[in-house]
Amino acid sequence: MELFGIPIQALMSQLMLGLVNGSFYAMLSLGLAVIFGMLNIINFAHGALYMMGAMVAWMGLNYFGVSYWWSLLLAPSVVGLIGIAIERSMLRWLYKLDHLYGLLLTFGLALIIEGIFRDQYGVSGLPYSIPEELGGAFDLGFMFLPKYRAWVIVASLSVCVATWYMIEKTKLGAYLRAATENPQLTQAFGINVPLLVMVTYGFGVALAGFAGVLAAPAMQVSPLMGSNLIIVVFAVVVIGGMGSIFGSIVTGLVLGLIEGMTKVFYPEASSTVVFVIMALVLLIRPAGLFGREK
Amino acid sequence: MKRKILGTLIAGLVMGVAANGAWAQAKISGNTVKIGVLTDLSGLYSDLGGQGSVIAAQMAVEDFKAQAKPAYAIEVVSADHQNKADIGSNKAREWYDTQGVDMITDVLNSAVAIAVSKVTAEKKRVLIDVGAASTRLTNEDCTPYTVHYAYDTYALAVGTGKATVKSGGDTWFFLTADYAFGHSLEKDTSEVVKANGGKVLGAVRHPLNASDFSSFLLQAQASKAKIIGLANAGGDTINTIKAAAEFGITKNQSLAGLLVFINDVHAIGLPATQGMLLTTGFYWDRNDETRAFGKRFFAKAKKMPSMIHAGVYSATMTYLKAVQTVGTDDADAVMKQLKATTINDFFAKGGKIREDGRMIYDMYLVEVKKPAESKYPWDYYKIKAVIPGNEAYQPLSMSRCPFIKK
Repeated sequence: MELFGIPIQALMSQLMLGLVNGSFYAMLSLGLAVIFGMLNIINFAHGALYMMGAMVAWMGLNYFGVSYWWSLLLAPSVVGLIGIAIERSMLRWLYKLDHLYGLLLTFGLALIIEGIFRDQYGVSGLPYSIPEELGGAFDLGFMFLPKYRAWVIVASLSVCVATWYMIEKTKLGAYLRAATENPQLTQAFGINVPLLVMVTYGFGVALAGFAGVLAAPAMQVSPLMGSNLIIVVFAVVVIGGMGSIFGSIVTGLVLGLIEGMTKVFYPEASSTVVFVIMALVLLIRPAGLFGREK
Repeated sequence: MKRKILGTLIAGLVMGVAANGAWAQAKISGNTVKIGVLTDLSGLYSDLGGQGSVIAAQMAVEDFKAQAKPAYAIEVVSADHQNKADIGSNKAREWYDTQGVDMITDVLNSAVAIAVSKVTAEKKRVLIDVGAASTRLTNEDCTPYTVHYAYDTYALAVGTGKATVKSGGDTWFFLTADYAFGHSLEKDTSEVVKANGGKVLGAVRHPLNASDFSSFLLQAQASKAKIIGLANAGGDTINTIKAAAEFGITKNQSLAGLLVFINDVHAIGLPATQGMLLTTGFYWDRNDETRAFGKRFFAKAKKMPSMIHAGVYSATMTYLKAVQTVGTDDADAVMKQLKATTINDFFAKGGKIREDGRMIYDMYLVEVKKPAESKYPWDYYKIKAVIPGNEAYQPLSMSRCPFIKK
């Protein structure tokens, strides 16, 4: 059976791979969306913090013998704490200013963080192997899916759904949304808004750290790994609608699939297709597919 | 009267010495030989050349000073070309015009190398390019002032391509980085494969710095080719090899890394790279001489030298010896001497710089060791074959260099 001259089997396997990449996009754009939604900060350091997640996992394994599973918990915590330190010491002075200031500050931070790691570890990258429990592969009939990639889909979708649930359905999420909508009024109700904001930023960057650990065994662990990815993730956020939680998850996955298809039909365009879609969406719906006009 | 004669004699002598001094100074401009290491100090390729190349050039200068005790000063300067041709050529121009740089080396990245070679020819200085891969440097874009020192896409294609086809890998599929370097590597290798009786079943062009290669690999897998040729470099190669191991591609098909450096193998680890064939001009653990250099370099750079690092050392040393022999840093005289020299050091045995600027020396076909075979850090390669220089490099008769008379 064939579709447009490509065997269905090959198409199915490419869709599967698109879903894996889409999971990374979803998790990273979710963090960005949470941060933008609550803090109004365009967090350009997100890629660097994603890289830091992977590097912390590598350091944990090589210097302290911390296993992959513990790293999944530990690295996001470390990255989250660093995020909180950044928020407390720098970002909080910028909330009242134009978006541009936050963007410049986080962009500068990204350059500094990447520079430090590059100076210490070079750019070729560091080896990080797949945990033994996830070695091997499932034979799905139409393709050979490594267990690790399957795990990436499961783990990132669970995290995405949990985050969405927390923000949209719980009391803490309600506080957060209230604080975004009207910080003064929320504070008047006795809710500690600065604390909420700090925790939100920490959580958003922890998501990036988590994605970094997930990426470590599958991709090159190197100081430049974040900057290669972050531009695409920003495009995903713009397409989904800045600040939309649900939009960022869905858009991330769908764009992963579209990119996967492009790799089959016209591989040369696979790095551009996301931006073409972004341009189209901006023409038709400037607020993004799931965004609200303010 | 006697006193008068004596006075004249002394005056003459003083003048003679002074004139002699001035004359000597004119031979070595500024009484300093200045070497510029122009490389990628911060980006994608900074582990392959980068700071390591600066260290290698400095080591060569120190060694030369200790051996030859020159009467002039030797200085090394360095700059980051950021993999951008305009930045590279502007820096070269500034160095030549205002800093008195006599020779530029490393210059990895073919686009930058070609731009710098044009400036070098215009300013009549010397470029000994070590890091760039494109054969254009000694063909379409050749100049009388460029030496291409360590390797090129032709040698890589001949080394890995030919050996692989001969050992039974006669059907190929290429994963190619979608820019000039990838295309030229794919083209050179395809020709070698076909010339040796192999077949090319197809190719997929991926964007530079793609983060996920599994999709391209599945296409390669579907082609059923025995060999998947990786016409890419650096991070792209690393990510491809990692994904190939993960997706079990290497069970039925073999990867042929067409431009793989020891730093890449170090970054991926042996479990995923074992058994891979590759071509290199230098391996630190080949003999006592290379080991001695490798260990000295390691002590300074905290990593073993790549082919580029070793090449920069050798190129710098060869250049300094040529300057010493002709007694001037004048580019025409030095180039003439360089092309008459036979290079004999740990890097090249019987190396010759040809008329078109190509340095001809033996290359090595190596196989990456299995994890169990690797006994100590950086023990990565088994040498499978020595490829004699005159087979490894494009023959002069095929040269497209305009000033080569055939």
